[in-house]
Amino acid sequence: MEATQTQAQRQSVHETHHEQGPGFLRQYIFSTDHKIIGLQYAVTALCFLLIGFFLMCLMSWSKAYDMAAVPVLGPLLETLLGNAAAEGKISPDLYNSFGAMHGTIMVFLAIVPMVFAAFGNYIVPLQIGAVDMAFPRINMASYQFYFLGGVVMLTSFFIPNGAAQAGWTSYSPLATVIETDGQTFWLIGMVLLITSSLLGAVNFIATIIQLRAPGMTWMRMPWFVWVQFVTAFLLLLAFPPLEVAALMQLMDKLVGTSFFLPTGMALTSGEFATAESAAASGGGSALLYQHLFWFLGHPEVYVLILPAMGIVAEVISNHARRPLWGYRTLVYSVLAVGFLSFIVWAHHMYLTGMGTFISAFFQTTTIIISIPSVVILTCLFITLWGGSIRINTPPMLFALAFLPMFGIGGLTGLPLAFNFADLHLHDTYYVIAHFHYVVAPGTIFGLMAGIYFWYPKVTGRLMNDYWGKVHFWASLLFMNIVFMPMFYQGMKGMIRRQHDGGAGYSSARNPDGIGGLDDTVMEFNTVILMGALMLGLAQIPFILNFFLSLKYGEKAASDNPWRATTLDWQTPTPPPHGNFRQPPEVVRGPYDYSLPGAKEDFVPQNQPA
Amino acid sequence: MEIPYVTQPRRDTGLYNAKVGIWLFLASEVMLFGGLFASYIMLRVGAPEGTWPTDLLDVPIGTINTVVLILSSVTVVLAWSALKLKNFKQYRRFQAVTILCAVTFIVIKSFEYREKFTHYDVVLVTGERVDGHLKERGEDEQGEEYLVLSHPVSYPAVNGIAYRPEAVREQKKSGQIDADRRIAQSEVKSIKNWSPAANTYFAIYFTMTALHALHVIAGALVIAWIWGPGASLWKTDPERYINRVEVSGLFWHFVDLVWIFLFPVLYLL
Amino acid sequence: MSGHSPEEVQLEKKRYLTVFYILLVGTVVTVAAYFVELPWQALTVLVALIIASVKGFFVAGYFMHLMDEKKLIYVVMGFTFFFFLGLLLLTIWAWADTPISSW
Ligand code: HEM
Ligand SMILES: [Cu+2]
Repeated sequence: MEATQTQAQRQSVHETHHEQGPGFLRQYIFSTDHKIIGLQYAVTALCFLLIGFFLMCLMSWSKAYDMAAVPVLGPLLETLLGNAAAEGKISPDLYNSFGAMHGTIMVFLAIVPMVFAAFGNYIVPLQIGAVDMAFPRINMASYQFYFLGGVVMLTSFFIPNGAAQAGWTSYSPLATVIETDGQTFWLIGMVLLITSSLLGAVNFIATIIQLRAPGMTWMRMPWFVWVQFVTAFLLLLAFPPLEVAALMQLMDKLVGTSFFLPTGMALTSGEFATAESAAASGGGSALLYQHLFWFLGHPEVYVLILPAMGIVAEVISNHARRPLWGYRTLVYSVLAVGFLSFIVWAHHMYLTGMGTFISAFFQTTTIIISIPSVVILTCLFITLWGGSIRINTPPMLFALAFLPMFGIGGLTGLPLAFNFADLHLHDTYYVIAHFHYVVAPGTIFGLMAGIYFWYPKVTGRLMNDYWGKVHFWASLLFMNIVFMPMFYQGMKGMIRRQHDGGAGYSSARNPDGIGGLDDTVMEFNTVILMGALMLGLAQIPFILNFFLSLKYGEKAASDNPWRATTLDWQTPTPPPHGNFRQPPEVVRGPYDYSLPGAKEDFVPQNQPA
Repeated sequence: MEIPYVTQPRRDTGLYNAKVGIWLFLASEVMLFGGLFASYIMLRVGAPEGTWPTDLLDVPIGTINTVVLILSSVTVVLAWSALKLKNFKQYRRFQAVTILCAVTFIVIKSFEYREKFTHYDVVLVTGERVDGHLKERGEDEQGEEYLVLSHPVSYPAVNGIAYRPEAVREQKKSGQIDADRRIAQSEVKSIKNWSPAANTYFAIYFTMTALHALHVIAGALVIAWIWGPGASLWKTDPERYINRVEVSGLFWHFVDLVWIFLFPVLYLL
Repeated sequence: MSGHSPEEVQLEKKRYLTVFYILLVGTVVTVAAYFVELPWQALTVLVALIIASVKGFFVAGYFMHLMDEKKLIYVVMGFTFFFFLGLLLLTIWAWADTPISSW
């Protein structure tokens, strides 16, 4: 037994050596090191973030200047996408494609891979004092599935009739009967992405359960790790029903079943089909699709926000030089959020004609879930109280701005939670504004805070402070210019997913109609377009800063430039394969800042008393 | 530094990594098949009166396949036990039976699929409806196409009603067999085969069993890999090898478990 | 996980065989119930599901040795099962509580 043990050790040492050996491919492309995989995720996800943003600009253009040729980019669009962009104009179909793909790319290819997979991969093993993820090869496979899914999604733009057009939610029957193979691509892409997420989730949970360093008890884990833990469970258990829905919709599209088509068969397949068989097909259920989708959909929105909250918590505690206030409360809150998010999903379906009892049920759970969310926000605010705040650094600015921005997003969710108010607001720009406040100035600010914060750990250099602040203030301003008007538009009744931005319902175009959209509503479309373009410009300092700092950035003074307590900062910079100089031993909680009597204002988790 | 608890259990959890991993994976599988079962129920309760056929699958064959899977499950655990007793030969023998069972299951299943795809449901111009197994298809001397159905079942065609009425089903259940039926092209009003597109019941039947069959194939491949090319690990690190057998076994039992529910739900109810 | 001592393993093997026979009997009973006329459809469904659940219990409990597992796994599978029930029952409830009966 002993003998075989050492033999095994020797063998795996041998393996590690093999992996460490040179060779660009093994080291950077087919790496199994969690840090490299994290970076792969980050780079890919940031590219997708840019693509998604770009699609949004085109949509904004279409909404403000319906059927006008896109300036500058028009000819390029026409060459790339052919007829759908004839004369450089965005056709309604193309607008629908952009809309569907903007949502899909942002949610499944940009934000989740960034805040969950990228940050999670890089930071979580470091913070719990592990040498790597529990299953490095599965980790690699997870990235590869993700990459493949992204390729499939992007390819669909260039097939005849273009990409999927039925929104990121892909409701049947529309998604099934719509005339494009883009939907098939979308479904296959989703199956790949779901597979990737499932593999990632298994890996994260197993890592956190099994590979915590000695002394890293559950209640000594940084809150960020807790958050990733809950997020992984959300992905693990909520994604499979969507996979079911995707497979069933795929069957509807490809083999002519009618799972989600109430009136009969989808395809009258070849020589054997008649009207009779359709009548006898046993009907499908369009609402079944919605249930399966939103069973994922709602947990998914917490997948989007929780990791960002985790990042913000780390940054705030560090920059306020104070322990996170109410650590235990935060832990229980995030567990509660995770649990509850599985039983609120039908608040997206109030308008489907659900009965009053079931509506009341989902209304209740939805209101209940906002309690732990508010508790989390409150704890983060109180952490600031009496801290010696280092306010003027990019990570802290982004983290601080996250709080009110997420606050706006969350609070505007409450009216939506009430069945009677939602009947008015559902499918209007109000909903768009609600969730974008949570995801854009919320999650994206969170992830920006994370990038500025951990950049010196990854590269050994700091990003430029001045340009970071320019990036921050400009982003904050233009984010609000883009999204604030949408609340107004929505409350005035402007419906989402219209390529003309509601012009068809405007009072200008229907002078005799009642309740048409007034001029202000319509003018806001232009404001939003301008805001979006400026927001795009505001990212240029970031992009340049990101790349130039690799080479010219100020060298980080030490391995721990922010003087942080968690284990990720107690590694060499950048952390080598295996991460730590010596296996760390954790002896204290994660946020020992400003301990009375301590020599410094922070005490790392592995520093003995 | 290397990843700990690959072989030995961690003290506080009492588990080694792969075991945590497989159970997490199985949790997601529960949700996957759970979603399918939920869909099945919703589709069934939502189906309009008379459109959900029953008793169309071959129960004896389904029973045989159930037994095959149960047998494979027990050989998996027996193989694991044999390994724990360091009896590699016996392990190999048991696990060979497992793999054989998996192959048998898939072969039987594909015959069943074929059987359904070649089963035709014909509405005649006379208002009669005949369904039966396609035995022959061709042209007669006049150049008219015809087909011959074996084991035909015949009943009046009622619009909106799918498949055999109750009384006919009972007859069929008792094992009565009618003579072959020849149908000429000119008699046919409409015709379709029992493919996924035929009916929502067949749609969900094929979807669920196909997904399950994919799991059978995947599980069998993994077990076969461990059994064959992966067996060198037994010499270098037997503990880890035993763990692999355990983990692949857990997956295999889950696949069996799913079938235990699929069988009554799809074949008997 | 049960221990590795030869006696325990021998005992285990016996138990596996017993479970095997139980599963076979369960299968026979299920199929038999199919051929027997039961007074209501609901009863048929109930009987079939109960037998399947019993069989499932034996597979999960003994073959997957869930009867004797670590707490962590119980917790994970417990939550999973709960969420599965949530998906199933809330969807059914939503369907049943929809005033317009056809979806
Ligand atoms: C905290 C309390 C929250 C409440 C009460 C709430 C409530 C709601 C409700 C009721 C809807 C459906 C509106 C409709 O379609 O008519 C909705 C939509 C949405 N929410 Fe929230 N929400 C909250 C937080 C969040 C968070 C944290 C996110 C995360 C990113 C989020 C993202 C979304 C998204 C993406 C949609 C729209 C989905 C779509 O139809 O495309 N919400 N919210
Ligand atoms: Cu929601």
